Amino acid sequence: MAVADSHDTHDDHHDLYDHGEFIAHHFDSAEQQFDSGKLGIWLFLVTEVLFFSGLFVAYTLYRTNHPEVFEQAHVFLNKYLGGLNTIVLLFSSLTMALGVRAAQLGRNKNCSVYILMTMVCATMFLGVKAVEYSHKWDMGILVRSAFNLTYTHPTPTTEIGKSLHISDYLVYLCIVPALLLAGFLAASVISKLINKTMLAKFMVAMAITVSGYFLGVVVGVVFMSATDAETGSSHASVITEQPLMLMASTQDEHDEGDHDEGDHDKAAADPNHEGDHADHEEHFGAHPADGGEASFDAHHPDPSTLSRDIGIFFSIYYCMTGLHAIHIIGGIIALAWLYWRSLLGHWRTDYFGPVDYVGLYWHLVDLIWIYLFPLLYLID
Amino acid sequence: MSEHHDDLPAFCHPVSTKLLFGVFFGLIGLTVLTVATSALGTGLGMPPAFAFPLAMVIATMKAFLVCAFFMHMYWDKSFNVLAFLSSLLFVTLFIGITMMDTGENQPTIEAFDINNLANVDVSE
Repeated sequence: MAVADSHDTHDDHHDLYDHGEFIAHHFDSAEQQFDSGKLGIWLFLVTEVLFFSGLFVAYTLYRTNHPEVFEQAHVFLNKYLGGLNTIVLLFSSLTMALGVRAAQLGRNKNCSVYILMTMVCATMFLGVKAVEYSHKWDMGILVRSAFNLTYTHPTPTTEIGKSLHISDYLVYLCIVPALLLAGFLAASVISKLINKTMLAKFMVAMAITVSGYFLGVVVGVVFMSATDAETGSSHASVITEQPLMLMASTQDEHDEGDHDEGDHDKAAADPNHEGDHADHEEHFGAHPADGGEASFDAHHPDPSTLSRDIGIFFSIYYCMTGLHAIHIIGGIIALAWLYWRSLLGHWRTDYFGPVDYVGLYWHLVDLIWIYLFPLLYLID
Repeated sequence: MSEHHDDLPAFCHPVSTKLLFGVFFGLIGLTVLTVATSALGTGLGMPPAFAFPLAMVIATMKAFLVCAFFMHMYWDKSFNVLAFLSSLLFVTLFIGITMMDTGENQPTIEAFDINNLANVDVSE
């Protein structure tokens, strides 16, 4: 930490300025240091906005020129799950703002609790996202070059996937968090054994943070199966009940975007799509997907380039939400650093800058999601 | 409102918890509103053309609440606010100029597609 240097030179300036423990020697006062940092973080946020704006341009451009693709594609996104994630993120913003307030008042213990709550919400958001992503990967909803919509949910092959009836992809997405959880728990036990109580406390907090991810996964799976009947965009029932969603959507295009229940009912009534997974795999196996084109039923020959365009929507979707998720992970790391410093009791009424700055970054991540949510999930 | 503590330095403006919770519930309310209008809006007679502008207006209201109170912009130095808002100017330019460009090119692309791809069987 750069601030540690100031401690050594602290005495040199002591008579001239009232330097606190963490006031770097090149600043006149705590206020000057705070204001400099604040300007710095605002400029960083400006670059972040410009960074994301490239993706917003891609979105705007593509939506303007191909609005029908967005009409067809959004049915694969579960808007209630997205709404749930929005609320989780808004709540994390609230706890972050409360954490900043606690730091401003020098209440280190309160600050650490709020920061921990923020981190748990952040990992919970990622857990719900993992459920969403794995569900799409199961259906072959990938980026444009790999897009291969089949509606066949592969049977889980991993032991844990079989026992819990969850997608293999979701199991894979849980491996790193599971390792982290085990690692943090082990680290907390070791820290306890060597009498590093504060380190042990930090490691327990990190373990709680990572378990937020699994909470998100559980909530996501439950919420998705609870809302899938309505949105037709989620788990197993989509296979048997609405196998021709894409077909229905492409027909909608000919009906000038009129989404009525009839198309879905027609799809549901198609006897070729009743049955279990194996039948579907066999059925679609006869029509292997070539180069990103969606597999279509030979009895409904309506192949078109529209399915490929839907792949482009999902390219944009994965880029935007993926970049956002990377920012969330970065935010969690910064928050972990703040948590450690809160445990050390660093925050004072004249030194709370780092909490404020990370808070601003965290709110910006929230701000971007506030726009991503209606742009991606609420297309109607 | 920021609380006034005499013992705090001038640059330290803790926001009252009441205000923070108020903003939070406002944000939740707007989220519920935007999902509800998306799910039910057209069913209740809202013209489909309104859906997108309405969603963007609600998102902007949420963004305003987050910026002004969670991000302390209301109490911040005006230069910081100006710096941040200037980024929106450049985003507008970025999107605006790209849209002007595609507006020029897209009809040509579509005309080309119609002339050259009309008889191509895309299923193969």
